[in-house]
Amino acid sequence: MDVTHVSYLRWIPLLPLLGAAVNGLGGAVIQRRFGKRVVGAIAVTPVLLAFGIAVTAFLQLKGLDPEHRFLLDDVSRWIDVGTLKADIAFWVDPLSCVMIFVVTGIGGLIHIYSIGYMHDDDAYWRFFAYLNLFTFAMLTLVLGDSLLLMFVGWEGVGLCSYALIGFWWREQVNTTAGNKAFIVNRIGDFGFILGIFLIFWSLDAAGHGSVVFRDIQHHATSLEGRTIWGLPVVTVATLFFFLGATGKSAQIPLYVWLPDAMQGPTPVSALIHAATMVTAGVYMIARLNFLYAMAPETLAVVAGIGAATAFFAATIGLVQNDIKRVLAYSTVSQLGYMFVAMGVGAYAAGVFHLVTHAFFKACLFLGSGSVIHGMSGEQDMRKMGGLKDKMPTTFWTFLIATMAIAGTPLTAGFFSKDEILWKAYSSPYGGAGLWIIGVAGAGMTACYMFRQVFMTFFGETRAEHDVVHHIHESPRSMTMPLVLLASGSLVVGFLGVPEFLGGGNRFEAWLEPVFAHAHVAAAHATHDASLEWTLMLASVAIATTGFLIAYLLYYRRTASPEAIAAVAGGAPYRILYDKYYVDELYWAVFVRGTLLLARAGAWFDATIVDGIVNGAARLTVTLSWLDGLFDNYVVDRLVNVLADRTYDLGARLRRVQTGNINAYLYVIVGTVTLVLLARLM
Amino acid sequence: MSILTWMTFLPLAGMAVILCLPSRAHTLIKQTALAFTLPPLVMGIWLFEHFDRATAAFQYVQRAPWIESYNITYFVGVDGISVSMVLLTVLLCPICILASWGIDKGIKGYFALFLLLDTGMMGVFVSLDFFLFYIFWEVMLLPMYFLIGIWGGPRREYAAIKFFLYTLAGSVLILIAMLVLYFSNEPHTFDMTQLMAQSATYGTAPIIWGLGLQHLLWLALFVGFAIKIPAFPFHTWLPDAHVEAPTAISVILAGVLLKMGTYGILRINYGMLPIATADLAFWFLAALGTWNIIYGALCAMAQTDLKKLVAYSSISHMGYVMLGMAAFTPQGINGAVLQMFNHGTVTAMLFLLVGVIYDRAHHREIEGFGGLAGIMPVYTGVTALAFFAAMGLPGLSAFISEVLVLLGAWQKYPGLTIVAASAVILTAGYMLWTMQRIYLGTPNEKYLGLPEISARELVTLVPLGVIVVVLGVYPHAVLDLINVSLLNLNQMVAAAPAAVASLR
Repeated sequence: MDVTHVSYLRWIPLLPLLGAAVNGLGGAVIQRRFGKRVVGAIAVTPVLLAFGIAVTAFLQLKGLDPEHRFLLDDVSRWIDVGTLKADIAFWVDPLSCVMIFVVTGIGGLIHIYSIGYMHDDDAYWRFFAYLNLFTFAMLTLVLGDSLLLMFVGWEGVGLCSYALIGFWWREQVNTTAGNKAFIVNRIGDFGFILGIFLIFWSLDAAGHGSVVFRDIQHHATSLEGRTIWGLPVVTVATLFFFLGATGKSAQIPLYVWLPDAMQGPTPVSALIHAATMVTAGVYMIARLNFLYAMAPETLAVVAGIGAATAFFAATIGLVQNDIKRVLAYSTVSQLGYMFVAMGVGAYAAGVFHLVTHAFFKACLFLGSGSVIHGMSGEQDMRKMGGLKDKMPTTFWTFLIATMAIAGTPLTAGFFSKDEILWKAYSSPYGGAGLWIIGVAGAGMTACYMFRQVFMTFFGETRAEHDVVHHIHESPRSMTMPLVLLASGSLVVGFLGVPEFLGGGNRFEAWLEPVFAHAHVAAAHATHDASLEWTLMLASVAIATTGFLIAYLLYYRRTASPEAIAAVAGGAPYRILYDKYYVDELYWAVFVRGTLLLARAGAWFDATIVDGIVNGAARLTVTLSWLDGLFDNYVVDRLVNVLADRTYDLGARLRRVQTGNINAYLYVIVGTVTLVLLARLM
Repeated sequence: MSILTWMTFLPLAGMAVILCLPSRAHTLIKQTALAFTLPPLVMGIWLFEHFDRATAAFQYVQRAPWIESYNITYFVGVDGISVSMVLLTVLLCPICILASWGIDKGIKGYFALFLLLDTGMMGVFVSLDFFLFYIFWEVMLLPMYFLIGIWGGPRREYAAIKFFLYTLAGSVLILIAMLVLYFSNEPHTFDMTQLMAQSATYGTAPIIWGLGLQHLLWLALFVGFAIKIPAFPFHTWLPDAHVEAPTAISVILAGVLLKMGTYGILRINYGMLPIATADLAFWFLAALGTWNIIYGALCAMAQTDLKKLVAYSSISHMGYVMLGMAAFTPQGINGAVLQMFNHGTVTAMLFLLVGVIYDRAHHREIEGFGGLAGIMPVYTGVTALAFFAAMGLPGLSAFISEVLVLLGAWQKYPGLTIVAASAVILTAGYMLWTMQRIYLGTPNEKYLGLPEISARELVTLVPLGVIVVVLGVYPHAVLDLINVSLLNLNQMVAAAPAAVASLR
């Protein structure tokens, strides 16, 4: 693989970082002195410039031979210890090129939208500093040329997500959601980092230890036959990475943070929790496709988890009433489709859906933000209705994006979702089962999305009087991005029109060099145009059914949704509405369990470990006290007794010493006499 | 005279000067203390510039006869391992002097003792004569005892005595091992380079429980040093000492003193007893280190006193050092020493930050605050940086060292590494939870009037913050210093023949 060395790629991530630094360190002052416009300009400009550089990179890439489309900007040495070498280096290949377009393009639009949306917030500067920092981290994730640098971006986006979910930090519910997002993501990160270790050392054992993507790809074959704990290394490593992906991309079992993440400002939901960050897991698997291609067991897991998530999240989405929560579960579900694509080896199709989804889901979120803005902060769809005429631009763009996500023919979502469903059916890793689950999910998607449209925009308004009074269309800075994104939702699909519909699938062709390795398997896929037609029509029919159900229940009100909710005592409805009680289960088991363990640990530390220490100290004190007693009452008593006796003796003897010379003389004379007598005897 | 001698004894000279000053000249005393800790910092920068990174040999060596009848010499010098610790010490000391500016009783005694402590710490890191090392080790103990015992919190006497007795118990074991080593060499010597060169001669024939002399010495030294790290179960003096100690002393305690434990193991256990090191590293460093990581994190999570939480997080983070050094991979051992340095800066920040809030609110109960972000935004910003650094967030210094440790450990102990790595979840848990309870949420009415962090306090924190960021982006500023010496150390252990294979 030939590498073209350039030195401008670094500015794609660094410009937003610069914006973040300026606003983050001096934003408060700038905002006070020069106003919010300047703050906004400082934040938007770097992202737009980065987009410009991305276009430059794309053009340069396009000018190269497909096999040599590889730009590298090696900025500096970063970690270089033993055989572990990771530079601060950014690379652009066809895959990362697609991603930087999404991040800087859609990201740029969302920055512009935020200028209007956040206008009344005092912490305007802080919001934009976070948003820019996020853009930097996401671009590092995408452009980093090694697993480790990708991990920097990976955790960096998690940090920004945390900061933005808890942006309004005075409310505890927001900061709790932020904590949840960060901690659940950390579980994924834990898997990711273990994957890095395993890959590095397994390659190292073959003499090629590296964390740089192109080296890993180059030496991937040396991993074959290598095992750890009796399992193939590639399988274990790809599963570790997939754990990371389930965290960041909100898949079962780690999806729980994403719905709560809706506590953040709506542009954040659009940018981070719909269009870009949550797709990082999909991108990572696409990036490592050459490894996944070597691990069919992992692929099966990926496809299974993806399909299950797509289905379950859709069922929950059917009954939610919060306008953003519906979109959140929809995002979880759509991400599931992308993982299905990854799991059946249809990487290009998955990435294609990632791109189209970024357009229509960003549009939907920003549209819901526009609605919330117009409704003075109301998010409950039961209190909406009839907004169609009051907010026409928002309505039309929202409708277009809804049609796209529902898979209406010729919209972007139609092409990308249909591609995935077809691959799910036809790929050697796929099958009819996956297709059926996928199509069922698609039907539900159409249903809950149109339910949302009907509840929000049609019928009589159910809002309170003063809210109704204030309903207004949003300012230009908010509607302009909506229009652009809605247009995108209509046209980007044509980049990937499949062959049987007469298209050349230019999107797939563009990514071809990246996925060339993985295509070996997919090459055997059935190419049966009539079957492809049949399946496509079937999925359109089912989506139409979903639409009709929504239409009948929420527009015509032929049957009352409340009556359906009351079926079987309302139990099925409650289970869906309460999200299968997964949050409660996790809370009871993992959160309480950990806290319990922590308290037990602290108790053990204070009572047992320190108890032994203090006990030893007390024992010593007691011993010394006993020793003191012994000393006082035994040793000292003996000494004292001896002393007393000596004293007594002395006292008695003292009587002898009277000081009376006569007495002394008597004694002397007497004694001498006695001695002499004794001698004489 | 070696620059190291200047760096070691300048603070002592400062102490002499302070003792001659009148006790009421408060500002003058503080300024003098600062004036005698800044030159070592400048010399440290010079040392950083000029240190030869290509050799594992000791540099800036000075040797002079001292007690000739026992072959004891004044012998100092630094290699990559000690130079990083020397730099950490000279960096933290002036910061701590500034952080002590608010001390209001016994000022003369406080700063005089602090400078004595400074000399003791420097001496430990630069000594290449075991006897000299031991003297400095003990010299350090005494001022620390008084600094906690006089200037500490309500339970200061308990904490000071606990600290003193614990360390003294460790010292006795070190002393015994030192004397055994001294007499094992012919001619008897305390010269560390000699003791290392003779490492193959210390007996490994089993004496008791299958352990040879070398292993017994190793264990005695290990316990002596483990108390300082502190490793479970010898760690309970630490939370008490931290809770009672004044801010600056906590900074020194966590920032420098704890490193002496792991430094001692690397310098003495690794250097002089490589065979025992190879035999015992798994249980006493890798497994115990992993236990430290998890156990410390769990205990931290359950604390209600912010300073105690930080203290337990230290126990957790020092576990990485033990795990990393036990891996005998370039990444593991480099990560371990880098972690020593990074923990020094990050924990120093954390303790300084706790001090800032304690000075204002006069308590540290985590539940007793709330919404400080709205009252002290700049302070909260700096705290967030320190918290995320402690969580090992990529882009900040501790990430590099933790990832190197875990990556390095994976090759030898994948199972332990998985357990150790899972602590990143726990750490995020207790750090974020603390963040939420103290800094976020509705501002507590009681503290609406708290003043923002002062310029002096910022001066103590900003340099550390900058280092934390810079080392996250360019860790080789430290890694290049330590790498060659550590690879050499790894080699020494690797070259040691296995004695008790079953213990591994």
